Amino acid sequence: MADRALDGIKVVELAQLVAGPYCAKLLADLGADVLKVEPPCGDRARSLGPFPGDCPHHEQSGLFLYLNTNKRGITLNLQAHTGREILRELVRRADVLVEDGPPPAMAWLGLDYEALREINPGLVVTSITPFGQSGPYRDYKAYDITCQAAGGIAYVTGDPEQEPLIVPGNQADYQAALNAAVGTLAALLCRETSGQGQHVDISEQESIASVLGDVISFFSYQGRVRPRRVKPQDFADFRLLWPAGIYPCKDGYINITVLEPHQWRSFVDLIGNPPWATDPRYEDRYFPQEQGAADIDLEPLITEALGHFTREELSHEGQRRRIPVSPVYDASEVLRSPQLVERGFFVPARHPAAGTLTYPGAPYKLGQTPWRIERTAPLLGEHNEEVLVKELGLSRTDLVKMAQSGII
Amino acid sequence: MTRLPLEGIRVADFTWAWAGPYGTMQLALMGAEVIKIESTKRPDHSRMRSLASGPTATGPNQAPIFNELNLNKLSVTLDLTQPKAVELAKRVIAVSDVVADNFRPGTMDKLGLGYEVLRQVKPDIIMLSSSAVGAIGPERLYVGYAPTFSALGGIAHLTGYDDGPPIPLMGSSDLRSATATAFAILSALYHRAQTGEGQFIDLSSRETISVLIGDAILDYTMNHRVADRHGNRDQIMAPHNYYACRDKDTWIAIAVATDLEWQALCHAMGDPPWAADVKYADVYSRWQHQDEMDRLIEEWTSRHSHYQLAEMLQKVGVAATPALSGTEMFRDPHLLEREFAAEVEHPVMGKMVVIGPPWKFSGTPARVMRYGPLLGEHNDYVFGEILGMSREEIQEFVDEKVIN
Repeated sequence: MADRALDGIKVVELAQLVAGPYCAKLLADLGADVLKVEPPCGDRARSLGPFPGDCPHHEQSGLFLYLNTNKRGITLNLQAHTGREILRELVRRADVLVEDGPPPAMAWLGLDYEALREINPGLVVTSITPFGQSGPYRDYKAYDITCQAAGGIAYVTGDPEQEPLIVPGNQADYQAALNAAVGTLAALLCRETSGQGQHVDISEQESIASVLGDVISFFSYQGRVRPRRVKPQDFADFRLLWPAGIYPCKDGYINITVLEPHQWRSFVDLIGNPPWATDPRYEDRYFPQEQGAADIDLEPLITEALGHFTREELSHEGQRRRIPVSPVYDASEVLRSPQLVERGFFVPARHPAAGTLTYPGAPYKLGQTPWRIERTAPLLGEHNEEVLVKELGLSRTDLVKMAQSGII
Repeated sequence: MTRLPLEGIRVADFTWAWAGPYGTMQLALMGAEVIKIESTKRPDHSRMRSLASGPTATGPNQAPIFNELNLNKLSVTLDLTQPKAVELAKRVIAVSDVVADNFRPGTMDKLGLGYEVLRQVKPDIIMLSSSAVGAIGPERLYVGYAPTFSALGGIAHLTGYDDGPPIPLMGSSDLRSATATAFAILSALYHRAQTGEGQFIDLSSRETISVLIGDAILDYTMNHRVADRHGNRDQIMAPHNYYACRDKDTWIAIAVATDLEWQALCHAMGDPPWAADVKYADVYSRWQHQDEMDRLIEEWTSRHSHYQLAEMLQKVGVAATPALSGTEMFRDPHLLEREFAAEVEHPVMGKMVVIGPPWKFSGTPARVMRYGPLLGEHNDYVFGEILGMSREEIQEFVDEKVIN
């Protein structure tokens, strides 16, 4: 079997729900040996859906199963001294600790970065929190919707006449997790020459605020607030971009982004060269010197024209003309997409409690070190014996006593 | 100055637009030497035609968005339609660790810079090609920008008001996809550090979005249920919304998960009689009656400023944060204290505010060191100092418009 890119990295994950677990999953899926440490009652994601047949079961949460592939799992009660001792021993042997608790939590456990560095100077500690390890909001309570607010994405998402919108599915968590995985690998690469670990502090707010794109330009260059919907008029004296957005068509919604003059000409051809569209003033829209043309509201005409076509007609014919046109796919359509099927993006895997399910795979194909699911998410405490007895050298009696005393 | 985490890594960067450049900029913020390869004939199009080119932009060095997506990088100009320029590009690659591009699949091969060629030039090279839908598959030649990725990836379908159309997600999909490219490159660098082996990475931008909706995809595979748009509703939390505040277009996010948080919110609102109604007595009943409850909460929030509300509610343990606008982010006390923004002195545009690195490394901090490069600004440094070419030799290539 081919090597995997991150073979040999030992990670301890002390994290729940999405942010920490997704960061550790990114590493685990490329070969890192990730040991997930759960409280005896389990990661809270185990109680969140989707569940097969809508029957909640802590071994069958779709969210948990997705976020914890390729990991081993043990349970450990960190309120107990013995639990903390075992964690210390695990961390001593690890390269990375991924944690997403509130900033004071690690200090309460006696496991803040300074203490961890004493135990293992080479350790990379990656902490993911809503607002980071410092600053006046450090201890603010947060959920994804508040992180998206603080990160500025809410303000620019949705209709200007209505309230801002969340991008669903814990997206602040996911972006923070990606940044955390990037920071973790950079710290590991740095350690190759320095021998030193370090603390990587990731804030969900900053992670979201860093990916807003032109929101910053509106401020830095124009001193303006980027509105929730950008109209051609917002770029009145710039080179223009239109049509851009999601439009209804015969059988659903289509996304079109026309950015270049040649794309505009192809777009006009795509919709059958209606008389209004061949008016040279519209073509002039693409050149900044031409004033006035931007005020003409093409939106109703474009919407009307697109309504005559199906999504597939528009996307195939549009793409043939090299216009970025794409259907707006729902989850079932994503699953059926011939492109994704041909690329082997979806991967079936069998879990002892949840059965065989189709999982999203990896968006990157590393030629020499393929991504794969070698094991599905761990059952609660599945590897207690393997880790505590075989690896840490505790006795079977210890294991039984610890189970009886609620430590594992 | 302390060292940077990726000091010593060199990247030959052929990427353009948004998704490619932000990925390699992440590496540059961490200290990799990223050499952008463009030409005056074919500059990165975010220099010229992008959502936020400057109102007075007349040349390739005046686009704020280019500046923001190319911090810390170097720029050389090579007209890759000329064989001599391709040879020079190979010489840059021969002393690089990573090559990145986001052309349409096949373009690097046509230029004579495909992976099979490049591994002859540098056997342990890591090459990442990112494209809208990936380098293989029936739709591989499909073109796309950020909104295309979010539409195809399945996330646009989930974003929107109840019963409303899907909402396009603009640049954020590009930049999020870019973070996945940085991760893939670093993974390959780690593998190379252990084994000496380079590799080719085929990255699909639409797939970088689909991996962010794993639970919606599993819901379909488990239950054949297609997740739909639900505005700001959560699966079970309520209140869970953005509420209008006193000043025009200002909003506060409030989310309540437990009865304890609910009681704290009621108390902060002055324990209004409506809140004592059994309709709002537990998590599920609040969830069922959330539309009416949201209207009542908004009556209260609309009398206060968003910052006041956040402070008041956080004090009593309720998750609440203002929905910061693009200008508020640069004045927010927390972000200021964490030095979220940085300033660069751009030779053409002057002082420009930019966003700093999204990681805080305790030992080797990433940082903004320079503005996005002027087109061809580093020809002398790269060809002269890195490749060791003489002044005359460089001039010859300039005269032949190879370096151009």
